[in-house]
Amino acid sequence: MIFFELFYTFFLIGLFTFGGGYAMIPMIQEQVVGKGWISESNLTDFIAVSEVTPGPFALNISTFVGNTVGGVFGAICATIGVILPSLIIIIIIAMIMKKFMTNKYVQGALAGVKPIVFALILSTALVLLIKVIFFNGNAIKGDLQFDIRSLTLLIILSSILVIYKKTQKKNLGAIKLLGLSALLGIIIFTI
Amino acid sequence: MKKDNTFIRLLILFLTFLKIGALTFGGGYAMIPIIEEEVTKKRKWISEIEILDIIAISESTPGPIAVNTATYVGYKVGGIAGSIFATLGLAFPSFAIIFVISFFYKDFMQWKVIQAMFKGLKVGVIILLFSAVLKLKKGVKVNVIGIILFVIALSIMLVFSFINIGFKYLSLCLILLGIVTGLTLTALGKMKEEKK
Repeated sequence: MIFFELFYTFFLIGLFTFGGGYAMIPMIQEQVVGKGWISESNLTDFIAVSEVTPGPFALNISTFVGNTVGGVFGAICATIGVILPSLIIIIIIAMIMKKFMTNKYVQGALAGVKPIVFALILSTALVLLIKVIFFNGNAIKGDLQFDIRSLTLLIILSSILVIYKKTQKKNLGAIKLLGLSALLGIIIFTI
Repeated sequence: MKKDNTFIRLLILFLTFLKIGALTFGGGYAMIPIIEEEVTKKRKWISEIEILDIIAISESTPGPIAVNTATYVGYKVGGIAGSIFATLGLAFPSFAIIFVISFFYKDFMQWKVIQAMFKGLKVGVIILLFSAVLKLKKGVKVNVIGIILFVIALSIMLVFSFINIGFKYLSLCLILLGIVTGLTLTALGKMKEEKK
């Protein structure tokens, strides 16, 4: 049943997300695209929408996917699924394990997880980059479709980001960055 | 009388986190200053020192950081019911807003301008991911085991993507590998240099 599938899928995603938002993208990609629920290219659109709308990214993307796959009830199942592991784990920690953070096994597990999460996000970024520049946003197979416009945009945006950081001494926020990429996208891809 | 108080407390929790959910973009780290402001300064539910512990725990337990923090604060303020109310409050704006957007999404995507916009957004998302990597890099302590795990995970992820093997549980297995390695090394006493 699709509703149980949604619940279970997002429960797993919630349970194995360490370090919030971006860390869950590779898992969502594997599960949601792998199950044929949403195309790779649509998912990237969803990620952008989830990033620019209010609310935690994780909840936005769950609602989005849930609603696309199974309507309102699908969205509810996906959201409850992604929340439930947090609820259970945090309540248990708050109840019984006050010394949680200083426990050496917890520290050990975290030390093992961090480099993995780091690699997951980096590989997602690299693969997405190759897909957008060479495969029109689709999976890496078939003919190359080199996209000079995306590459141009990438170079422009990266330059803006670097210049902003040098002159303003802080990072350009995610919302501003995405607003800028939407605007420049409209210009570059319609001419 | 006491029952009324509990109910009002839960309602305020729900509304506070509803506000936090509606006012923050991007979630996780972006949300932390607003949670701090609401919970410690405005409501005085939790001390400023305690909230730092809560955030640290939320960052290192499974699940989205924002949801973890809401659950934890909710529990401190109103027990299990409190954690449920806080989390539902946090989730509500996302749910409502995204729900409305997904209604228009398909029709919107027919327009050439919107298609162009989303092509631009894709490039923006790539840059966001790379900058997330750079930010994470600052917090990572470099040691041999970490580098080995990193290289293994990165190579496996890249190889699987390039030869197009769709394995749905790949990142999950890699995360498990990280946990198991960390636990094993701790049990063997090899993780001691990791402390401090």
